[in-house]
Amino acid sequence: MEHLSIIEIKDLSFSYTGSVRKSLNRVNINVRKGEFVVVTGPSGCGKTTLCRCLNGLVPNFYAGDLEGEALVCGLDIRKQSTGALSQHVGFVFQNPENQLFSLTVERDVAFGPENLGLSRKEIRRRVEWALKVTGIESLRDRAPYELSGGQQQRAAIASVLAMQPEIIVLDEPTSFLDPKSSKEILQVISNLNKELGITVFLVEHRLDLATRHSNRIIILDKGAVALDGPPEDVYNEEAHLIGIGLPKVTLLFHLLRHDGIETEKIPVTVEQGAEELRRILRK
Amino acid sequence: MISVESLQFVYPNGNEALRGVDLSIQDGEFLAVMGENGAGKTTLVKTFNGLLRPTQGRILVDGVDTKKSSVAALARDVGLVFQNPDHQLFCETVRDEVAYSLRNFGYPTDVVERRVTSILEALDLTPHADSSPFMLSGGERKRVALASVLVWNPRHIVLDEPTIGQDYQQKDRLRNFIVQLNAQGKTVIMVTHDVEFVAECKPRVVLLSRGRIIADGKAGRILTDRVLVENASLLQPQISLLLSSINDLPSDIIDVYSARTMISNKIGRLGNVNAGL
Repeated sequence: MEHLSIIEIKDLSFSYTGSVRKSLNRVNINVRKGEFVVVTGPSGCGKTTLCRCLNGLVPNFYAGDLEGEALVCGLDIRKQSTGALSQHVGFVFQNPENQLFSLTVERDVAFGPENLGLSRKEIRRRVEWALKVTGIESLRDRAPYELSGGQQQRAAIASVLAMQPEIIVLDEPTSFLDPKSSKEILQVISNLNKELGITVFLVEHRLDLATRHSNRIIILDKGAVALDGPPEDVYNEEAHLIGIGLPKVTLLFHLLRHDGIETEKIPVTVEQGAEELRRILRK
Repeated sequence: MISVESLQFVYPNGNEALRGVDLSIQDGEFLAVMGENGAGKTTLVKTFNGLLRPTQGRILVDGVDTKKSSVAALARDVGLVFQNPDHQLFCETVRDEVAYSLRNFGYPTDVVERRVTSILEALDLTPHADSSPFMLSGGERKRVALASVLVWNPRHIVLDEPTIGQDYQQKDRLRNFIVQLNAQGKTVIMVTHDVEFVAECKPRVVLLSRGRIIADGKAGRILTDRVLVENASLLQPQISLLLSSINDLPSDIIDVYSARTMISNKIGRLGNVNAGL
């Protein structure tokens, strides 16, 4: 059955057992197949909880009070096991240490496809491809625990890619990476989205790096969707007040506007910023 | 003062993490150690409180060789906040976690109470005081780890990637907090990849690459040097990228507020530099 939306979240609320606060409070989000969505929001706004809903960790593993509805690839997260959802949704955690467990990187990357019962040839092909696109071919025989944080995150992403999921959910995947590696990883994710049509649900604080890859930004605040739209619309003063780290270029042009220096558009990338700045200085 | 002299460190598996580092950090300095994944940043700061002992060379903390002192004794002077908060949190509630070290050091109950309350307030953790650290978000756990070290008031504070998982407001608080600590004469050393945070704080920057120091100087000089930045796998701050793509603009501006003042001045609109959004 064909679904227009690959992720359909309706009035979803959740509070963890033993906690009084609602981690999610009537969230409504629809994501179409092939979209690249960036989700951001202040510390504790419910980003991680929302990610956990998409692969059924909430409520299957993290118990609590769930209301509303969430369909992922047409599957109801309350009625499916995490295992069933994992064939559709790849999950990259904030901390790669939580997801690597084998004695070599190659074994970790092969683990998922082996469990799908694929042919040896296909497993090999996927492992080679996943190692290559994440730039860790030279680390294949290393133990994950002896790698740096950034190398571990690459291995975690490779192990998820090897499953060739329809959706990848990434919870701050660049936190432990140096800026250059972060930029490269986001480029890899963008390529997967553009070339293979994989839907991306990326939770990121680093909007300076993520913005160029996405035309839809969702800002969560206190467990609810505060803003949802293209970065040009969403990166406004309200977003700044919520505590979003707007790209510095965007912030600069908001400040200049306060000084009476008007620009046609508020830039969201360095390239757009340079164009606007040249125009201002020419006047 | 922390003196690092010809420091070499080799892990038992043969990985040569530090290959001859010389560094002198004055009391009350604010220093950022930056560099690529695996450059040796975390290894370097772990030698400051004796968690790791030099393979060659030595570390002097306030004149005492770390080889001749215990981690327990060094920890009083050098407070290290780990990159991953889950490596250091273990108590049932945030309040207990933060009070743990003080109780261990034998402080009276009322002192413990007072200090814990004030540090929870400073780091915006009061609403979570009675929660389990493990019920909190990644960013919140990170602040609990920070609070549990700052509470015993070490003279030198080492923060390993303090901005991971922190939103903009929390980073702002952290920056103000570091400024306060500095003003009290404390040394603050932070390991970080966060070029935008460094661009706002403007500490002295030490750039590590493959176990060696490749640059040491002002943030405005180092973060705008395209070759250095490239060699350390960093990126220039966005403001620096923006300004350097246009001819005849000052090349050492790295933060948004200085850029605003410069541009507003240049086209004759004197902005009120204190007004935020």
